[in-house]
Amino acid sequence: MEELLQVKDLRKTFTLSAKQQKIEKTREKVKVAVDGLSFTAYKGEVFGLLGPNGAGKTTTLRMLATLIKPDSGDAIMDGSSIVKQPEEVRGKIGFLTSELKLEEFFTPNYLFDFFAKLYGVAPEKIAERKKLLFGRFGIDRFAEMKVGNLSTGMKQKVSLVVSLVHDPDIVIFDEPTNGLDVLTAKVVTDFLLDLKAQGKTILVSTHIFSLIEKICDRVGIVINGKMVVCDTLQNLCGDKDLEERFFEIYEERVGRIDE
Amino acid sequence: MNNMITIIKKELARFFGDRRLVFTTVIMPGLMIFVMYTFMGKGLMKELSTSDDYVAKAYAVNMPEELRTMTKGLQVEWEDWDGNPGEQERILQEIADGEKDGLIYFPENFMEDMYAYNMGDEPAPNIEIYYNSEKSNSLTFFNNMRSFFTAYEETMVNKYDVNAKTGIYGSYDQATENGLLGKMLSGLLPMLIMVFIFSGCQSVAPESIAGEKERGTIATLLVTPMKRSALALGKVISLSLIALMAGVSSFLGTILSLPNMMGDEMEFSAMSYTITDYLLLLAVIISTVLVIVAIISMISANATSVKEATTAMAPFMLVIMVISILPMMGMESKSAITYFIPLYNSIQAMTGIFGFQANVGLSLLAVGINLVAAGALTYALTKMFGSEKVMFSR
Ligand SMILES: Nc1ncnc2c1ncn2[C@@H]1O[C@H](COP(=O)(O)OP(=O)(O)OP(=O)(O)O)[C@@H](O)[C@H]1O
Ligand SMILES: [Mg+2]
Repeated sequence: MEELLQVKDLRKTFTLSAKQQKIEKTREKVKVAVDGLSFTAYKGEVFGLLGPNGAGKTTTLRMLATLIKPDSGDAIMDGSSIVKQPEEVRGKIGFLTSELKLEEFFTPNYLFDFFAKLYGVAPEKIAERKKLLFGRFGIDRFAEMKVGNLSTGMKQKVSLVVSLVHDPDIVIFDEPTNGLDVLTAKVVTDFLLDLKAQGKTILVSTHIFSLIEKICDRVGIVINGKMVVCDTLQNLCGDKDLEERFFEIYEERVGRIDE
Repeated sequence: MNNMITIIKKELARFFGDRRLVFTTVIMPGLMIFVMYTFMGKGLMKELSTSDDYVAKAYAVNMPEELRTMTKGLQVEWEDWDGNPGEQERILQEIADGEKDGLIYFPENFMEDMYAYNMGDEPAPNIEIYYNSEKSNSLTFFNNMRSFFTAYEETMVNKYDVNAKTGIYGSYDQATENGLLGKMLSGLLPMLIMVFIFSGCQSVAPESIAGEKERGTIATLLVTPMKRSALALGKVISLSLIALMAGVSSFLGTILSLPNMMGDEMEFSAMSYTITDYLLLLAVIISTVLVIVAIISMISANATSVKEATTAMAPFMLVIMVISILPMMGMESKSAITYFIPLYNSIQAMTGIFGFQANVGLSLLAVGINLVAAGALTYALTKMFGSEKVMFSR
């Protein structure tokens, strides 16, 4: 199996302002968000990062998407380093998190063309790709409405489509179903499985066990910025369900949950 | 390059797609200035001037015949009054009401007394002119009479003249015809242009950069493979175009309303500037716009919200105002060294151009320096777009 994604010893710290220290209820000036995290994802698989709030999942994915730079460590994405070749990496991945917003003033139709150009999609391919993706998510019905007038779910669909205009081989989604109703969530998870069927490599982060069980081949559990286990779903759980295994692992590593 | 153009197109589509924004940033400044100045000018002129063919109506007491003939050219219709004190109140009231424009009173035997008068004798015969300074016609009457009789007095006791008739070397005033106009325009217009450019930038840059940051849309741009420099350049160029449009609109408004504001006497003909002047002006303005936009963009990129950006811009606005006002107060520096200071050199160059004294070399130096500065600032902006501290600060 080809190792398409190699994450090596990623570390990220944030310097906290006085205000942030108050919010975080800490006197430490430096917050270690990701602490020497490593893992590998193989071509064509769905890899899930599972962890509690504040574990460092989003921070890890933002580093992989080159939005922020690691303090140390590196990741090689399909041959390109996130530290040394960030632009190449951005061309190879599709990244989606709720922090990426679309300008409310424009229509999905305009934004699709706009981002297609920025992602370097060949002009003759744009219309074809738009037809496919807009059809798949039912965006054709509101393609000419301003994004500002769309519902949260509609906006999320447009964001998702925009992040995939260039048909990337690696897809990175942070909390892909957050804020979606069950119907829309199903459209998204089905789509992810579709992508997998097309041979794409998918990395998702979530704290929703059922999502991991539904779509992931392998899972890494992140606690306090560290990867504590990383294995296939089968090896990890055996005959137990994921939720049960997660609590066992958590209590082993951190201590009792109600403490 | 392509990405930069894509960004420019999007920014312009955003701008022109919002009719209210276009109206408030491009059309309104010019229109408002035009309407305001024209209105102001018209009102001012109406207050200050009487129409040329107005014939004043005034009373005269004991007016000597020779003086009456001499005042013919002054357009006054005299009505004689015998000075009967019973009518005094009515006559003064007529002047107060504006029905008559004035009253001129000569002492009896004015001419004989005047010829007989020797310097030092007390008192000299006195001409009394009654008028109403609240009425422009009356005020004009008074001024005309006063200058006429003062001049008449001078010819009576003439010992010597200063600058009478034409000089032996020709005209006394060595100013070119453009001199006065140039002085006015070179003081006023550079400042107006700077302010217009600034306000043009101010209405779009914070929205376009700090706004995108605040709303999280810039992150969507930052995950595309586009180079940060394409984003920075695209923003700076598109914002410059918009600021330029706002500047041009305000400029046109000013130029077109100048003739109205200054009245007919001040014959404003833009034709007196040469093509070189216009080209230099355009180059200076464009380079200035780029520098201002780059600075405002950096301030906006550093802010976390549109509001913060607008606030942070105030000190910069103040600096621009101060350096713009210097030439108007006659405090501009003549030294060529100052042409190496971005923005200040724009003021210097524009003051020269509007004063009909354009220095082509120094103006081009100013343009060059500004372009280099704009380039350096845009490079810095590129670094800011690449910095997570700047882009994702909360
Ligand atoms: N810009 C920042 N400045 C300071 N601290 C930060 C910043 N971004 C993240 N952190 C801290 O880093 C830690 C990891 O955050 P992260 O968002 O990666 O967690 P997460 O695993 O995605 O959690 P969640 O499930 O709640 O989304 C948290 O303690 C968070 O407060
Ligand atoms: Mg998260």
